[in-house]
Amino acid sequence: MSVMLEARGLTKEFKGFVAVNRVDLRVEKGSIHALIGPNGAGKTTCFNLLTKFLQPTSGTITYDGRDITRLAPAEIARLGLVRSFQISAVFPELSVLQNVRVALQRKRGESYDFWRSEAFLRRYDDEARHHINEVGLSDFTDHRAAELSYGRKRALEIAATLALDPDMLLLDEPMAGMAQADVERISALIRRVAVNRTILMVEHNLSVVANLSDRITVLARGEILAEGDYATVSKNPDVIDAYIGAGHA
Amino acid sequence: MMVSEATGMSKLHMAIFAVLLAFLVALPFFVYPVFAMKVMCFALFAAAFNLLLGFGGLLSFGHAAYFGGASYVAAHAAKVWGLTPELAVLCGTAAAAVLGLVIGSLAIRRQGIYFAMVTLAFAQMIYFLALQLPFTGGEDGLQSVPRGRLFGIFSLQDSLPLYFFVLAVTLGGILFLYRVVHSPFGQVLKAIRENEPRAISLGYDVNRYKLMVFVLSATFAGLAGAVKSQVFQLASLTDVHWSMSGEVVLMALLGGMGTIFGPLVGAAIVVSMQNYFATFGAWVTVMQGVIFVLGVLLFREGLIGVLSRWLKRPL
Ligand SMILES: Nc1ncnc2c1ncn2[C@@H]1O[C@H](COP(=O)(O)OP(=O)(O)O)[C@@H](O)[C@H]1O
Ligand SMILES: [Mg+2]
Repeated sequence: MSVMLEARGLTKEFKGFVAVNRVDLRVEKGSIHALIGPNGAGKTTCFNLLTKFLQPTSGTITYDGRDITRLAPAEIARLGLVRSFQISAVFPELSVLQNVRVALQRKRGESYDFWRSEAFLRRYDDEARHHINEVGLSDFTDHRAAELSYGRKRALEIAATLALDPDMLLLDEPMAGMAQADVERISALIRRVAVNRTILMVEHNLSVVANLSDRITVLARGEILAEGDYATVSKNPDVIDAYIGAGHA
Repeated sequence: MMVSEATGMSKLHMAIFAVLLAFLVALPFFVYPVFAMKVMCFALFAAAFNLLLGFGGLLSFGHAAYFGGASYVAAHAAKVWGLTPELAVLCGTAAAAVLGLVIGSLAIRRQGIYFAMVTLAFAQMIYFLALQLPFTGGEDGLQSVPRGRLFGIFSLQDSLPLYFFVLAVTLGGILFLYRVVHSPFGQVLKAIRENEPRAISLGYDVNRYKLMVFVLSATFAGLAGAVKSQVFQLASLTDVHWSMSGEVVLMALLGGMGTIFGPLVGAAIVVSMQNYFATFGAWVTVMQGVIFVLGVLLFREGLIGVLSRWLKRPL
């Protein structure tokens, strides 16, 4: 198997505080890879570094064989490496349909057309509805995103992300705040979309992690503590100490 | 909301624009329309400013630079180069577009209050140039700009052709800005305004969109200033003064930023206030200040913003 995303010696310092310390991470193409660890371990910071929302203090990042250490975040997204956010990221005043269309229209490139009517965007409606349906939001298509419950906002964010048809997804706690039924729906969706994609996800729900992921990296205090499949990682005494011992059983 | 395929406009908006057009077409047959022309110029100015603030989420405190800069260039083109009014207006507008491109590309690198400060600083430079350059007339500005013949045919000395020229350009400009807001580009702008990191993560180069909306806004602010210089046959320091930048903020906020009709209503109110309170001299500024403070305290969303919420319809 080849490597889709690789970080070497990834380090981020905030005014002397090292949030991410010499992290080496390899995500295999086509795998679901989980990044877990206690709060404040540096997981979100890692995501910000990998997608260049933050500039690493040192280290290199390669994506699909290409050095992306110096690229801008929007460029990385256009290469097919798309992230979601820990705090749900939707466009609150746009409708659910419009939220997904904004993602679709970027791929087609009419987004600079300021002279065209908005009605032009209706050509994306069918495709947008398909993605909305996939995450179970069909009944809310014309609602403003702001009106959705927290779990549904997360689902909408996933729908918009999938609308970009990315090769690799970075999902930051995609199921936080979701009801159990939604967790199952989104788990199933992630498994389905992972068929020809690579996924790196941060998730606190350990049963989800155990079920979905091929490989797990455990992060604590900015450093990698352990790596392997669920059986290996969950037996590691350091992990039990740092992670499960910290109240995440 | 039903949106027409051809015009991209909702029925309600189309009806409002139709009533407005009918009113403005009939107006000059009943009253001498100088006041109306002034309101129309400022309505376009405020609508252009609102594109940037209300839909781009960028607060410029230097829009007088484009309004006034274009006013000077258009006045100069008509007076010194002897160009016909439409060409003079075109020159002024083009100058504002170039100015917007230069200032915008430097300003959009900054956020929030720093952005406002950069735009203000550049506007002060334009003011300084208007005061000091040899061909701007210093303290007097450019006076007695001739009202030439539109397309070399219709003399704008006559009030009806002048009025309809102003009506066509300003309403045309406002409709164009409406289209920009309701375009695929406008949709991305709204997305960026609402959640910039998310727009980036979808692959949008947000700075390009910001620059583009900045240039569009500056261009139409320039169009408004250029037309105004032809109507009043004058380009003066008032047009490039920082208080002009403040007035357009006032118009947009009073009427309702991020609404379609708010800036038009705001412009009408502010221009009326200045006209009717003119006899109070310097007190106009104080009254404006009081009205502004009251307006912001009482209706944060502006008049049209509040109305829009009551009616549950975008206005
Ligand atoms: N922009 C920042 N400035 C300073 N410290 C930060 C910043 N972002 C994150 N941190 C710190 O880095 C550490 C890791 O945070 P984070 O990556 O959000 O952890 P996790 O996602 O694993 O819970 C925390 O101690 C946090 O306070
Ligand atoms: Mg986090």
